[in-house]
Amino acid sequence: MSTSAAALETRGLCKSFGALPVASDIDFRLEQGARHALIGPNGAGKTTFVNLVTGALPPSAGRIYLGGEDVTALPQARRVKRGLARTFQINTLFRGLSVLENVALAIGERMGVAGDLMRPAGSRSGVIERAFAALERLGIAEDAGRLVRELPYGRQRLVEIAVALGLEPKVLLLDEPAAGVPGAENGTIVETIESLPAEIAVLIIEHDMDLVFRLARRITVLVQGSVLVEGTPAEIGADPRVREVYLGEREHR
Amino acid sequence: MQDVFAASISIAFHGVALAMVLYLVSVGLSITMGLMGFVNLAHGAFAAAGGYVALTLMNDLGVPFPLSLAIAAFSVGAASMVLERLLYSRLYGEHELSQVMFTIGLILVTTGGAKAIWGPLSLPMHPPSYLRGDVDLWFRSFPTYRSFIIAAGVVLVTALWLGLERTRFGAQVRAAVDNRRMAQSIGINTSRLFTLTFALGSALAALGGAIGSEIWAIDTSYAQEHLVYFLIVVAVGGLGSIRGPFFASLLLGVSDTAFKYLLPEFGAFFIYALTLVLLLWRPQGLFGRA
Amino acid sequence: MTATAGAEQAIGRLAGRHRLRPLEALPWVIAIAAYFLFPDYLPLGAQVLIMVLFALSLDLILGYGGIITLGQAAFFGVGGYTAGLLGAHGWSEPITGLLAAGAVAGAFGVVTGLIVLRTEKLTLLMLTLMVNVMLYEAANKASTITGGSDGLQGVVISPVLGLFRFDIFGRTAYLYALAVLFLAWLLVRRIVHSPFGRSLTGIRENVARMHAIGSPVLLRRLTAYTIAAALSGVAGALLTQATQFVGQESLSVDRSGGVLIVLILGGFGRLYGAFVGAPLYMIAQDRLSALDPSYWPLAIGALLIAVVMLARGGVLGICDTLIAWLRRRGRP
Repeated sequence: MSTSAAALETRGLCKSFGALPVASDIDFRLEQGARHALIGPNGAGKTTFVNLVTGALPPSAGRIYLGGEDVTALPQARRVKRGLARTFQINTLFRGLSVLENVALAIGERMGVAGDLMRPAGSRSGVIERAFAALERLGIAEDAGRLVRELPYGRQRLVEIAVALGLEPKVLLLDEPAAGVPGAENGTIVETIESLPAEIAVLIIEHDMDLVFRLARRITVLVQGSVLVEGTPAEIGADPRVREVYLGEREHR
Repeated sequence: MQDVFAASISIAFHGVALAMVLYLVSVGLSITMGLMGFVNLAHGAFAAAGGYVALTLMNDLGVPFPLSLAIAAFSVGAASMVLERLLYSRLYGEHELSQVMFTIGLILVTTGGAKAIWGPLSLPMHPPSYLRGDVDLWFRSFPTYRSFIIAAGVVLVTALWLGLERTRFGAQVRAAVDNRRMAQSIGINTSRLFTLTFALGSALAALGGAIGSEIWAIDTSYAQEHLVYFLIVVAVGGLGSIRGPFFASLLLGVSDTAFKYLLPEFGAFFIYALTLVLLLWRPQGLFGRA
Repeated sequence: MTATAGAEQAIGRLAGRHRLRPLEALPWVIAIAAYFLFPDYLPLGAQVLIMVLFALSLDLILGYGGIITLGQAAFFGVGGYTAGLLGAHGWSEPITGLLAAGAVAGAFGVVTGLIVLRTEKLTLLMLTLMVNVMLYEAANKASTITGGSDGLQGVVISPVLGLFRFDIFGRTAYLYALAVLFLAWLLVRRIVHSPFGRSLTGIRENVARMHAIGSPVLLRRLTAYTIAAALSGVAGALLTQATQFVGQESLSVDRSGGVLIVLILGGFGRLYGAFVGAPLYMIAQDRLSALDPSYWPLAIGALLIAVVMLARGGVLGICDTLIAWLRRRGRP
């Protein structure tokens, strides 16, 4: 039995919708400070896996561990409090609110002041300052006052990441962070992910193989809800099974 | 013991008759909800309209019963298509509150309109002579008209279920209820589908209202008065489900009849309490998706 | 902290949103002016103020929380009957009666909220309606306690603070209602501008996102629901105390529908929609009912459809559009 707890671990994770299995017996380990990618063809169940891990979807069987602690029974919000954050494949921001406010909401929850009924939200300048600082770190501070829906898509994806970082996660799940982002803005996202703090364990779901090989130190391949193989980028790149199943459909930028 | 048995048969019989009426009216509401995500609180107005048309034709113009029913179903179905194209469709995908307030407005307008045309009293329902009296079924006799309700209900439900299973239209409806975006991307003309489905649901409701007018009288407060029951059937059955509301209707129809017979002072109170318990246990309904 | 001008503005706006603006004094100025200008209409005025409070409480969960309820009158009625029963059985002090009514209504809010708020859309709508109908039936059946369809008679309310008797001109009722409304408004305004209030907006806009940032969604909703229930109960109690009577109408689905219409007319989710919608609705109802009561449902239904189709944001929404249009005209 390992003495150093993984940042995130699943054992025998299963999920079926009626008779349709979408996740079968997934054993997965995300080490502390990892840069890990989850790849697989469309419909392999990658986002389902993220939903299971975050608690948005209840599993049919199996267990989930966060920092060694069994969180299988915990609701989504409690897992967030324990250091798990995610971004969504499709932007899930508050489109009618400003960038600053989007991040401030997350930071408010993190600082535990979001439930306060009586003090004006504005007077919690600690929250606003920290939100602004978070935007600065990602280089999008000048967009602070703009409404999310006014921003180009690539910038919105960065705001998604800013919101997730505002939760001060130990484990960060990025669901196709560069998906749908035009080439010019793509570079910023990659740089942002590269400069994420080393203590955070990062799991990226991506289709863009160039991104994956650039960012990941370990790769897990998911096919039809189960793990096909896991290894270093070199191992995965050389594995004929992976080639057959997935790299044959590789997207070109 | 004999009495308890006799009473049970009675309750079951009348309960199933009520269930048929409930289902015929509510199935359209469930499909509309599942297909378009639209909460049509005014759905009961189509049932009432069916009753008003059919009964006026029968009572004032002497039109034969079957023809009155057919005319009621077609006219209400057609009118609902117009409403759908002109008004309802503008609100698809809009804020749920807009949809709710629109349908409340529609209930008010139809209620007010009905009162202006027909007055506040309920319309008398005289079954045709061949459906009056009692009919001998096996070990005892039952009211003929109620037996007709059950028979007609079974026929209509069977036709509906077969239609949805076997026809292309039915397949499209089921696909679109399951996943609207997917359905659109495989080329189903969703807006035409919505209109037709809406019309079908309204026509069925009209039939339910007309046929069932012997149990639930047709008056201006029909849509409001029975709204809770229609909603319970859909919520307990499972939104968008087609079979679920059938079993929910059976449950509700028999329970309502039973409670009204056994504990008349408490009326629908126990029904509501049971619904609360059921939805606490399964918030998505019996056949809904979690 | 380095910041561009635009970002500084954003921070400033966020930090200062809760500060009082001069325009916000307008409703109170009008209300006090009305007291002196329309001495014959004070009973109606009191009813308008009570409706404003009722609509304000609904706006908290509907406009801000995004919870659509068809049965808010349940809490209005519970508060009304609590105050009525207290008054009919010897407890005639109004202010404590008001607080008791609010507490009871709030308790109902917690209990029903725990069941209702786990559901959504049609099911939630249905459950709120059902609870309302259940209470209505219960009040009807328990006629020995509640007076059934005749209403509760013999409600006695002592003078407010021992000094202000409830007179037939409605002077005390009006000022009493105004004072309570003012306090409630302060409370709701505070809540709406608090972090809690912002998170309610978040829950309304995007529940999935709120779960994903660790927000205890059910708890927040339940809190809002309970506060709204308590305030609705206070409104109901006010009506009972002002009229020294409470009837089934307070619990009716019609009243639930009415307060919804008030918010739609005025504009929901904006704190002041209640202040605009309530006078409009009640004065219209008063005038039209005098003409011909049977045309009221038809008229209000048609108006409702028109508002939903053309002016979704209600009167305040129209004002917004006008102001934006004027601003564009003003620019060179």
